Amino acid sequence: MLKIKNLYKTFNAGTANEVKALQGVNLDLAEGSFVCVLGTNGSGKSTLLNAVAGTFFPDFGEIFLDSENITKWPEHRRAMHIGRVFQNPFSGTAPDMTIAENLAMAAQRGKSHGLGQAIKSNFLDEFSNRVKPLNMKLEERLENPIGKLSGGQRQALTLIMASWQKPKLLLLDEHTAALDPKTAAKVIQLTEEVIKKDNLTTLMVTHSMQQAVNLGDRILMMHNGKIAFDFTGSDKKRLKVNDLLALFDEIRRKEQIDASVSELLVKSYV
Amino acid sequence: MTLLIGSLTIGFILALLALGVFISFRIFNFPDITVEGSITFGASIAAALIMAGWNPLLATFLAFLGGMIAGAVTGILHTKFKINGLLAGILVMTSLYSVNLHVMGKSNIPLMAGNTLFSWFEGLSPVFFGSTTNVDVLGWMVNAEDIVVMFCILFITIFFGILLFWFFRTDIGTAMRATGNNPQMIRALGVNTQAMIILGLALSNGMIAVSGALLAQYQGFADVQMGLGMLVWGLASVIIGEALITKKTLGFIITGAIMGSLLFRLLVAIALRWGMNPNDLKLITAIFVFIALILPGLLEKTNKTKLSVNIKM
Repeated sequence: MLKIKNLYKTFNAGTANEVKALQGVNLDLAEGSFVCVLGTNGSGKSTLLNAVAGTFFPDFGEIFLDSENITKWPEHRRAMHIGRVFQNPFSGTAPDMTIAENLAMAAQRGKSHGLGQAIKSNFLDEFSNRVKPLNMKLEERLENPIGKLSGGQRQALTLIMASWQKPKLLLLDEHTAALDPKTAAKVIQLTEEVIKKDNLTTLMVTHSMQQAVNLGDRILMMHNGKIAFDFTGSDKKRLKVNDLLALFDEIRRKEQIDASVSELLVKSYV
Repeated sequence: MTLLIGSLTIGFILALLALGVFISFRIFNFPDITVEGSITFGASIAAALIMAGWNPLLATFLAFLGGMIAGAVTGILHTKFKINGLLAGILVMTSLYSVNLHVMGKSNIPLMAGNTLFSWFEGLSPVFFGSTTNVDVLGWMVNAEDIVVMFCILFITIFFGILLFWFFRTDIGTAMRATGNNPQMIRALGVNTQAMIILGLALSNGMIAVSGALLAQYQGFADVQMGLGMLVWGLASVIIGEALITKKTLGFIITGAIMGSLLFRLLVAIALRWGMNPNDLKLITAIFVFIALILPGLLEKTNKTKLSVNIKM
């Protein structure tokens, strides 16, 4: 479903603030696969997600979604096939518009926006039905502006909105990072249900090793803009949080040998 | 009473200006200076065409198109060329000054002799009032034609208000409101935010140009300077309107903008009647807007003190 070939991206190239965010990322994601992306800070996890979503164009490399080359597509065009949930709970919903209006816009994703009324007569029932399983009594408040809801409620709604029109790819960017543990657990449970219901292909960035171990069928660990470890199938199922911690340690130990020093060593001894 | 009718008529005409400013300023959070150019642009187009013998309705419609083009240019400068919104508006407004001079051929065009929409409206007077020229309204003698004109403009303005209310509840209108509220979200839902901004500014300035066209036909002339200070009047109307309404939903805000325009013109007329120096008009405008901005906050505070007093008891 998603194929990433040799992706490179450097921010502020040539200046003191240069960041080599992505240094040759290759990835092949099958349809229906649920991948968790872990990594140290600055490893390029969010950059990878943003590159796929189209927030910026890569310096080099190609991205294919369902065999279509989307590398040159602008963000809103990719959004026709991609659902996104952001880290900031306030990024995914329009605060001054009602819950019903936000859901109506989610239902219009991928369709042309014409002069038909946004909230169609049969929609309100469908909205109620989809929102009821959240158990947040939101179906009684459909005409309230979303800005009044808490971060967790907004994030839950953003998730529903991102998956309303079954997307080809679901991108979750540390979407529980800004929530308290109890709400985060609720949102994760909702995430699992949503993904399972439609068998969505999902790419989830997370800092929580527990989440990575519990969810999905594949774990990618990134470091320095590259994929350092890739676990699928039974390997992935066997992983525990301690195993992941050990891997992080291994990466950190490798880091202690500076790149130039290792070159020197290689020259002397090999 | 004639003063009242006149103020209300201008209030309704400039309500279209208020609605246009409402679209750019409140819906898109875009401080659109183009306004001062497009209102004159609309007036110039309408005036030039009417004096050339064109049908005034067609002339007003072409004024609308002209305003849309001006707004679209500002939108394109901002989205495609990444020029700061304020600057984009200033660039277009400044250019329009010269464009307007070309359209009119000179710095102003008198419309007294022309066949304007208002000549049509005045022609309707016999239909309602027969051959009477002056009508008794609450003890005051008012020109019948003035009353008919006021009601015609009232219907036109209310029509535009309802049109906007309907439009902003359509799929594309909702997407536009979301573009102003949270562009990142609506982009992630597949909407081309650049196109929305361009279209929204086009719509806004189109309405403002119609306001200009109507104003020119009402006051009997179009002048290249007439746009000066109009943005402040538009903003004042929107802000005063917001202080008047209770709920913040779409229908209420649109009604608020229209009422704000009316109230503002009435306050100005009253102030002038009481002998205020016309030179002080801009200062009085600023004071009105200031009061309108702080009033909601003050009212909330007094309500809170009442509540706390009750709780203490």
